[in-house]
Amino acid sequence: MAERTTTHDGRRLEAVADEAAPVELSTAPADAAGELGVLSAPRRMRARSGAFPDGASQRRYWIVLAVLVVLAAGAALGLLAIGNPMPVGSRGFWLIAEMRVTSLVVMAVVAICQAVATITFQTVTNNRIITPSIMGFESLYTVIQTAAVYTLGVAGVVALQGPGQFLAQVAAMVGLSVLLYGWLLRGRYANIQVMLLVGIIMGGGLGAVSTFMQRLLSPSEFDVLSARLFGSVTNASAEYLPFAIPLVIVATTLIWLNARTLNVIAMGRDVCINVGVDHGRQTIYSLVLVSVLMAVSTALVGPMTFFGFLVATLTYQLAGTHDHRRLLPLGALTGFVVLAGAYFVMNHVFYAQGVVSIIIELVGGTVFLVVIMRKGRL
Amino acid sequence: MITIDKVRKEYRSATGTVQIGPVTTDIPSGGVTALVGPNGAGKSTLLTMVGRLLGIDEGQIEVAGYDIASTASKDLAKILSVLRQENHFITRLTVRQLVGFGRFPYSKGRLTRLDEQKISEAIDFLNLDDLEDRYLDQLSGGQRQRAYVAMVLAQDTEYVLLDEPLNNLDMRHSVQMMGRLRDAARELGRTVVVVLHDINFAAHYADHIIAMKEGAVVEAGPVARIMDGEVLTRVFDTPVQVVEGPTGPLAVYY
Repeated sequence: MAERTTTHDGRRLEAVADEAAPVELSTAPADAAGELGVLSAPRRMRARSGAFPDGASQRRYWIVLAVLVVLAAGAALGLLAIGNPMPVGSRGFWLIAEMRVTSLVVMAVVAICQAVATITFQTVTNNRIITPSIMGFESLYTVIQTAAVYTLGVAGVVALQGPGQFLAQVAAMVGLSVLLYGWLLRGRYANIQVMLLVGIIMGGGLGAVSTFMQRLLSPSEFDVLSARLFGSVTNASAEYLPFAIPLVIVATTLIWLNARTLNVIAMGRDVCINVGVDHGRQTIYSLVLVSVLMAVSTALVGPMTFFGFLVATLTYQLAGTHDHRRLLPLGALTGFVVLAGAYFVMNHVFYAQGVVSIIIELVGGTVFLVVIMRKGRL
Repeated sequence: MITIDKVRKEYRSATGTVQIGPVTTDIPSGGVTALVGPNGAGKSTLLTMVGRLLGIDEGQIEVAGYDIASTASKDLAKILSVLRQENHFITRLTVRQLVGFGRFPYSKGRLTRLDEQKISEAIDFLNLDDLEDRYLDQLSGGQRQRAYVAMVLAQDTEYVLLDEPLNNLDMRHSVQMMGRLRDAARELGRTVVVVLHDINFAAHYADHIIAMKEGAVVEAGPVARIMDGEVLTRVFDTPVQVVEGPTGPLAVYY
């Protein structure tokens, strides 16, 4: 932020230099303008090289961010306060609100995981129509859940609850994807397209195994299972959060620190190597972090196939920049607004709790189509 | 100087195994060196191997005394820049932002005042100043090509490798591009290595020509030596006559 402001001021001063006598310019803060003025013969306002090409798109970004913060706060307050039977401010009100805070925290964790993971994944794969959830995370989750119910009956759902089981599921999902990346992205025929294809096919295969086992379940067992297989924040238990939050903080921080490199990775392999970025290593590093985020989100609330994709697509439209240092925070915020907004609508408008993934997919799909139709590009 | 020593590369393509080399040749410092030859001669492969975009099976390539296999890629990025003929581009990126990526080896994405100055110089050098705030998807193929060349020039490397920079360019823009590349070599002291399809462009704008055929270097030397009917006929496997044109030797092959 600071360096861009300096540049901007420098440019502005340079523009002023056109009217003023150049001798006057050697005063303290104007040294930038002086130097640049000498070098670029026809002195004029240059475009910017930072995250935003001009002031208008930068202002637009901050306005969008501010609006999203307001919306996020509104949805959060709405979820805490509306439908709370106790008078606002009383002890009972806060007791009930506190219980709801857990699901808000879960929403925030899921929003950050899905948004950051999807944007990073799409950048690394140079593909904006896929989402990391197709890489087998959700199918693996489904297989684990189904197998538990298949072998242990309804008790299987209970058997999979608890911090240890949560961490084991995260570890299984990260392990599977690291295996996949390690196998397919190293060595002679390293190819990201092949990795994606193998990931999708493995997901399909695991999905088929789940479907087969589901066929053999009794109706009541199937009923219990299908509640687990709809992505829902009510699936998450507060006892997972002390494990989920540190994982998310670490993975997100590492991605954030790597954001400038992600900007280069988005340019493709050749440009990466040209400017000295180790493309292969960076790809695997980013994908491992993505898999941690996806695994946490999936183990926490279940499959959210369309959510990350929707959030990433919206974020690109809203941000108006290629810079991941701007995209990632906006994405996380957009994710929270979408998720909390969907819960708010479902809880207080339609009185249909627990089917939020349906509204996300419905609204998300519509938004996606509208964007494609209107803009003609992703 | 770029030293290419017994470099060999084998890869599988749709038509079978292609073998390049063993190639041993030197590319002198300074000036423009053109790699010419028929399709499939291995010009682009050799160029991308020198630019470390493609690994080599055997042999050694040294750029300014640095072995490209053992020198850290981020250090090489300050000595050598390389541009392929086709580049993936992001829509939400302006020309100036693209050129800014050329400064990544120095500033790792935190552009300093010096970076800004180098970016402006590269943009002005390729006459892109009117287009610098345009998004890449609003440009024609030729303009985008120029923007990418500006990016590698902003990288401020002694060696600049370009794979078919005239691809997609019409006559006027081809002439302008080659003129600018020659100026980059003469005024900015860069060593420019280009893969060219048109032997006459090479003859006029290059200082040295390396002629390749079937994965091997068949002739290398100053333009005057290569611009010879007998040599070109052998390289291109098609009858070529060299005549004296108004601006220098011209190859006539049709």
